[in-house]
Amino acid sequence: MDMSQYLEIFIDETKEHLQGLNQSLLQLEQNPEDTSVLNEIFRVAHTLKGMSGTMGFTKMAKLTHDMENVLQALRNNQIKVTSKLVDLLFQCLDALENYTDNIVNSGNEGSNEYNDIIKELNDTIQSKSSSQAQQKSASSGRKPEDSAETPQEQNQRPTANIKLNQYEQNVANKAIEMNMNVFMITVVLNKGCVLKSARAFIIFQTLERHGEIIKSEPKVEDIEDEKFDFEFTVVCVSKEGADVFKRDISGIAEIDDVIVVPVQTVEISNTAIQNDDNPIEADTQSKEDDVHTQEDKSESNTASQAHKTKTGKTVRVDIDRLDVLMNLVSELIIIKTRLAGFNGIEGSQTYNETIEYLERITTSLNDAVMKVRMVPVEMVFNRFPRMIRDVAREIGKEIQLNMSGVETELDRTVIDEIGDPLIHLLRNSADHGIESKEKRLEMGKPAVGHIDLRAYQDGDNVVIEVADDGQGINLEKVKNKAIERGLIKKEMAHTLSPKDIIDFLFKPSFSTSDSVTNLSGRGVGLDVVKTKIEQLGGIVEVETEAGKGSRFIIRLPLTLAIIQALLVMVGNEKYAIPLSSTKEIIKITPDQIKMVQKQEVFLLRNTVVPIVRLDQILEVPEIERTKKDMTVVIVKKGEKLSGFLVDSLIGQQEIVIKSLGKLLSGIKWIAGATILGDGNVALILDVNLLAV
Amino acid sequence: MEERANAESKQYVVFKLGKEDYGLDIQKVTTIERMMPAARVPKTPDFIKGVINLRGEIIPVMDLRRKFGLPPVEETDETRIIILKFDDITFGIIVDEVDEVLDLTEESIENVSSFTNDLSMDYIYGVGKVDDRIVTLLNLEKLSDIGEEETEGE
Repeated sequence: MDMSQYLEIFIDETKEHLQGLNQSLLQLEQNPEDTSVLNEIFRVAHTLKGMSGTMGFTKMAKLTHDMENVLQALRNNQIKVTSKLVDLLFQCLDALENYTDNIVNSGNEGSNEYNDIIKELNDTIQSKSSSQAQQKSASSGRKPEDSAETPQEQNQRPTANIKLNQYEQNVANKAIEMNMNVFMITVVLNKGCVLKSARAFIIFQTLERHGEIIKSEPKVEDIEDEKFDFEFTVVCVSKEGADVFKRDISGIAEIDDVIVVPVQTVEISNTAIQNDDNPIEADTQSKEDDVHTQEDKSESNTASQAHKTKTGKTVRVDIDRLDVLMNLVSELIIIKTRLAGFNGIEGSQTYNETIEYLERITTSLNDAVMKVRMVPVEMVFNRFPRMIRDVAREIGKEIQLNMSGVETELDRTVIDEIGDPLIHLLRNSADHGIESKEKRLEMGKPAVGHIDLRAYQDGDNVVIEVADDGQGINLEKVKNKAIERGLIKKEMAHTLSPKDIIDFLFKPSFSTSDSVTNLSGRGVGLDVVKTKIEQLGGIVEVETEAGKGSRFIIRLPLTLAIIQALLVMVGNEKYAIPLSSTKEIIKITPDQIKMVQKQEVFLLRNTVVPIVRLDQILEVPEIERTKKDMTVVIVKKGEKLSGFLVDSLIGQQEIVIKSLGKLLSGIKWIAGATILGDGNVALILDVNLLAV
Repeated sequence: MEERANAESKQYVVFKLGKEDYGLDIQKVTTIERMMPAARVPKTPDFIKGVINLRGEIIPVMDLRRKFGLPPVEETDETRIIILKFDDITFGIIVDEVDEVLDLTEESIENVSSFTNDLSMDYIYGVGKVDDRIVTLLNLEKLSDIGEEETEGE
């Protein structure tokens, strides 16, 4: 049986579950008493165990199994949530993540068995006081024996528990009255069984040959969907004796054990009363069991509810398929632009209306496809609380991470890329921004440092801010370091604005130096952050105030594929400038251009704006220019302005960004290419690189 | 010919550049297109003619004459762009004329190291001989490696 087709689903789902586990564990750490969180963790561990078992990842299954034991003990209040225990659970999580990574990379879970973690897990259970509890958890690890009470002990697993409703009880009672036998049959499948549902189906068929199944736990539908562990229990009414069932079912392959327990009327009436919420006093043992049963029931209820909300509303789609769709939409937009360019049918009202209609549709279609590709930043954000927690412990600070705007959406491709830069910035804030506890108290700040991670949409941009209430950037130190490294002459240094100084931090290898200390040291390279963000078409800005903290602001484009652009002519060539980075267009005369330090500049409402002669930089073949005045496109790079000198303007257009292909990757000045309505290619200028 | 055309033989697209015949492994050829306008890309070696729009895809095009140091010629009706694809790289080469598809067996291909051709030596992996014709077989991996060329070209 080829499992590879399930592998991807397994990986996706496991990742989702691990992410959920991560969050729940963090919540548990905050509120150790919260039973709903504990139940959630238990549910996830249980699901993971089932999934990994099905896929044959036995080590993973073993680990989750032992986790489950500990969690069960926690739920039964046999042990308490301690920070040590949470740490241990986090270790389990890390181990599971490792397994998953191995599976992603190599298709198998790897050889690490994490015996130390498993041992610690088991020690945790051993150490609990109640001897009764010990017995319980130990039994759940063992395979059930033939004794009649084994199925009861199996109640530890929520799925293995049987309760009959009023109707089913009536059926069972009638059957017993008619001298038929009622059995509770628990079938334990072999752990190596891959097609569990198929196997279960065969068992059901066998059972139905001899009698009637009146109840199944888990439900038949769940069994069909493989939503069960390696065992299930059915209640069956039959004329045959227990031995017949046992013999026939044992004859089916891949079954580890069959337990057939005759059900007596007494037991049934007992459960009946239980269901009416009127528990009667029986012997202590059965009462104890009832408590468990009910707990388990509520747990499995919430579990199935959670499951319900998740399924049915979403479809997993390969990102490649979305890319294909996106490409087709791009084509459509190109052809639409081309159609709109035809003036062929002069003044035809219907033609114009049709084109407008087409335009509306393509725009909506584009929006819709873009939306499909959008994912909330939560996808990357949710791993940060854990990271900050670990970093804070490591460096002995108390740090609280506040996240807001996690629902803000970004294009999938951007999401995949911003994780690392954000980790850099967060670590940076935790490590260098936030002061030590003592120092904070000394300065009259609260002992706990705060890092705010905020995401919000601002027009066509998504802004992500990482702000801390730490010591801020020591500009003086940075400046001295810049002089020392020869990045600026000493006599020039006093002319630097705070912004210029901060810019040094983003210079390659600047931050890796050992003695800027307050900001860097551990190889946290801000230049990497900047490069990455700029690759994504975004910008990074920094605001800082000594003693109050720093704020790193990342601006990212909402989408990477389709943008509004200004088309210009340089010589005889067409270029596109992203509209998001253009500020205005003005005309100047040659005499307005002044030279400052070998750089051509002009004055725009009292601001000195450097001039970029695109034709020279881009080595555009010379053309004869007759016009006196010059057209300047003012572009902004962060807050700085530059004036791009162009020959003429063509207009504003929605363009589809295409890559220049692998052969020409890494060409300077050019961010990509686009296809114009007339079928020609125009190159898109990389404003960030061209601007001075 | 027929006998040769099985098991060991490979097919090559044969094109003309100046007076010489060149061959390309047909497996690497996606399509052969008529000449179309290319947009110049700044800061590229001069043998990169630019990028073309091939049915919605942006594809870099190389002027093979330039690359091989041959004098430029006017484009004619016969000028073609051969679109090549291998590894993840897609690009086109401009050639004077595309002739035919040839079957060549391993034996009919001679290793190139036995003679020298200073300029384009690197891009050649062998010379195929069919009847009286000689076809220079190009090594695409080398051809597509424009990185080193960049400094040289400028």
